[in-house]
Amino acid sequence: MLSAVGVATIDELFDSVPEAVRLQRPLALPDGLSEMQAASELRALADANVPAGSMVSFAGAGCYDHYIPAVVDHVVRRPEFFTAYTPYQPEVSQGTLQNIYEFQTMICELTGMDVANASMYDGATAFVEAGLMASRVTRRHKVVVAGAVHPEWRVVLNTYAASGNIEVVTCPVEDGLTAPATLALLVDDSTAAVLVASPNFLGHLEDVATLGEVAHAAGALLVVAVNPILAGVLEPPSVAGADIVVGEGQPLGNTMSYGGPGLGFFACRQAHLRQLPGRIVGRTVDVDGTPAFVLTMQTREQHIRREKATSNICSNHALNALAAAVYLSAVGTSGLEDVGRACVSKAHYLREALLATGLFEAPWSAPFAYEFALRYTGDVAAMHARMVECGYLAGVDLGTIDPGLDGLVLFAVTEKRTKAQMDAFVLEVASL
Amino acid sequence: MTIRDPRIPADAPGRGPRALIFETGSPESRCFEITSLDVPEVSMDEALAGHSRTTPPHLPHVTEGEIARHYHHLASMNFGVDTGSYPLGSCTMKYNPRLNEDACRLEGFAGLHPYQPIETVQGALGLMVGLAEALAEISGLPGVTLQPAAGAHGEFSALMMFRAYHTAQGDPRRRVIIPDAAHGTNPATVAMAGYEVTTIPSDAQGAVDLDALRAALDTDVAALMLTNPNTLGLFDPNIVAITEAVHSVGALAYCDGANMNAIMGKARPGDMGFDALHINLHKTFSTPHGGGGPGAGPVCVTAALMPYLPGPLPVRLEDGSFGLGWTERSIGRVRSAFGNFGVLVRAYAYVLALGGDGLRAASEQAVLSANYLKEKLKGTYPLPYDRPCMHEFVLSGGLLRKEYGVHTLDVAKRLLDYGIHPPTIYFPLIVDEAIMFEPTETESLEDLDRMVAAMLAIAAEAATDPDLLHGAPYDTPVRRLDEARAARQPDLRWQSPSAE
Amino acid sequence: MNPADLRYDKEHEWVRVEGDTATIGISDFAQDQLGEVVYVDLPSVGDELAAGETFGEIESVKSVSELFAPLSGTILEINDELGTSPESINSDPYGAGWMVKLTLSDAGQLESLMSADEYESFVANEA
Repeated sequence: MLSAVGVATIDELFDSVPEAVRLQRPLALPDGLSEMQAASELRALADANVPAGSMVSFAGAGCYDHYIPAVVDHVVRRPEFFTAYTPYQPEVSQGTLQNIYEFQTMICELTGMDVANASMYDGATAFVEAGLMASRVTRRHKVVVAGAVHPEWRVVLNTYAASGNIEVVTCPVEDGLTAPATLALLVDDSTAAVLVASPNFLGHLEDVATLGEVAHAAGALLVVAVNPILAGVLEPPSVAGADIVVGEGQPLGNTMSYGGPGLGFFACRQAHLRQLPGRIVGRTVDVDGTPAFVLTMQTREQHIRREKATSNICSNHALNALAAAVYLSAVGTSGLEDVGRACVSKAHYLREALLATGLFEAPWSAPFAYEFALRYTGDVAAMHARMVECGYLAGVDLGTIDPGLDGLVLFAVTEKRTKAQMDAFVLEVASL
Repeated sequence: MTIRDPRIPADAPGRGPRALIFETGSPESRCFEITSLDVPEVSMDEALAGHSRTTPPHLPHVTEGEIARHYHHLASMNFGVDTGSYPLGSCTMKYNPRLNEDACRLEGFAGLHPYQPIETVQGALGLMVGLAEALAEISGLPGVTLQPAAGAHGEFSALMMFRAYHTAQGDPRRRVIIPDAAHGTNPATVAMAGYEVTTIPSDAQGAVDLDALRAALDTDVAALMLTNPNTLGLFDPNIVAITEAVHSVGALAYCDGANMNAIMGKARPGDMGFDALHINLHKTFSTPHGGGGPGAGPVCVTAALMPYLPGPLPVRLEDGSFGLGWTERSIGRVRSAFGNFGVLVRAYAYVLALGGDGLRAASEQAVLSANYLKEKLKGTYPLPYDRPCMHEFVLSGGLLRKEYGVHTLDVAKRLLDYGIHPPTIYFPLIVDEAIMFEPTETESLEDLDRMVAAMLAIAAEAATDPDLLHGAPYDTPVRRLDEARAARQPDLRWQSPSAE
Repeated sequence: MNPADLRYDKEHEWVRVEGDTATIGISDFAQDQLGEVVYVDLPSVGDELAAGETFGEIESVKSVSELFAPLSGTILEINDELGTSPESINSDPYGAGWMVKLTLSDAGQLESLMSADEYESFVANEA
């Protein structure tokens, strides 16, 4: 090859790199390992963790331990899916494209909205992009976010807002919820959108319809973040007038994986299609009239519209979307409803049992689905550590996420938790 | 399987396009059943305050066997790196090692919850610290965040750090300079970061026009965004002068690291004077593209910018254990949790396997293979910038268009019939009918020769039978698509007949 | 080729003047350069246009171009048909592909537009 190129050594090919910037020493990294050695090191790192997946876990707060049917990973592991690039050459990418079209359909069905994109990085960034989109649609500058939304998501929103493209105002939490009357004081004709989550960070269901009325009365859009696993039992926000629905799709067939990669989903009304960020797949035909799928409406995106694009996003979480689509196909309509029923029933069971121990108090009585926060009467950190030793992840110590929520523990109960596990957990925590 | 033999009538069962997952199976079919409820069932309507769902979502109704067949069929229509050569310029479609896939699926990684106590995630934090340290060494920039989920996300994170830095100096500035050959994410990111774009031309050698740059630089410029090697696959010989010029007006230099595969172990962006760099793990570090994602776009910065890194950051503590920390002037968060951890595991596995020498060898081979391909093709396809290239190069299809009316698009589509994925086409914008090849180091000599043979054969076909190329491809699951129709009459979801 | 009764500008737009109403569209050369038009973003009736400023956008599958107002005036009518049939711009750029009608505010601006012959020379030199 060297002679075909006309050089004597490979180093000659790097002559264009100025002497001053050439690295004159080897990289200060360990030598490469054989596969056996590398596998061994990786296993050692994995074994140095105690994964929630192998404990009895009640941790949620945006990332959940739901059951993943076996068939999901077998599909995702197929190299035709994971070694493929973005489907810019549709003739040889129909697998990816049809999957995304089916995924978009499923997200529309779950959220009740007209159109969905091909996915985004995670729920938090999808949430922010919704605020930015609302700003473009309404040509207004301010977004009002519910303080009851996940603290991390609100931090991401503020980080993005430092660009000056939007201004963020926060509506305080009252009794674990967002009060329409308080919201109304903050919303005006410079508000592009009201951003809420239901269930919110504390697990409570918000009065989305009334919050939506406040938004719409001022000409602002209503953005609602939801947990898609509840779409079989909980009414979608489209019923309450949502203009944009987003969320974190990890509960659908994706492992927790220490919080990433996630699956941001994004759906909106037909009227706002041209301002939708992210990729979108559409159906058409080929020259033979065969139905086929293709990336469409690309003029919204960065590679064509550059600085006027709806977003700089250049990827989607296609593999995570594939896992979600396989999951939803596996559970089907009745299966998703069963999962939702199980989560809600089990969570209500656990909450009663924990309250009955006398060691937990209920700060709020707002309606919830499968997540709830209780005040622990002792030292949360100590309780948590002791329970880990017994093989339990006793929810999330909210004081570690938001100092204002010190003393509170957030419990999530998924369909994986059995009555026996919950009873044993309650006994254990009561005996501390 | 799809019946393709044209002798079987069009209306034969099984002939024609495969159904959607929604059109498969019967209404009673189920794949997965959860265990029956072992606690008292709660009334959904009561628990959910009257907001229980009344119209169920329409989801597929299929058995596991039907799922297996459906996705098998979808997979059969997809071309991946495992299928054949995939020389997309600036995408670095190298082989995705299987060990990486196994590694990220270990329960000790996949089963981790982001809010688990620190003591229970020491392996995960140790892995992230190890990866960050490796990227710092490779880039020559000591501060690293693994948070960004993609290259574009990394670009945004870095520009927001720049903004915080300039604001702290008391002078936020308003403009970012970008060369005309830049990838579309660059100007889009500038706008998202609240800056204005100033574009400067490339010179006749395809490098940054130094005079134009100097003329555009003033104290209102926050940054220059540059890809080096650039989108023509050429290393800018003036890179030191460029970053010095940028610094002389108090601005910062950002490196789009999409082309890092050319220079690992050979040169480091930190040594070139760059203040920040994003690396695409799904390009340079072998993590899979996944049909569009997930990737990861870690950002490496100078010591001066470290205070602004988004957090939390995995850190090595004094006692040798690992924790999570925040820098004193962090811009905040650009996403939830810590990063695309599953992707980070794969990249770390790659670094472990290759080691320092292996990474350098990968870059050397990537550059050699690209030059080989270039030498073999430049006689037939004009090479606008006839210099030694780095890991990629750009040809022009302009001659074929002038002489035979055959466009680069036609050449690309015909390559599909030869079992090769087309290179990047129509980018960068500064080359007419651009064709950008990046073979990567994992293509064998046979693979490279096969690509050459195909491209030469197609050039010959252009001369003798241009219409053949206008109608390509012929041997793919579907043929050329009516993209105008897709844009004019958007059909973006399946609708169940009962809903219409 | 380019209708003789129309006037043209450097942004490849044509103008048909009837009294103080001007109909505006893009030329055959422009539609050919763009490729298949998939969408047009037009202003609303009553909007004010200023000569030289952008008044909308035209999209093909892989590109977006701005539309520049050749004359100043107030939008009287927009071609709603383009919402469902943007392809008329390709098939009949001077007829069914018309985009907007406006009431002229300054008839003097017509002087600076080109005749069909002048436009043909202009295009030949540009290519």
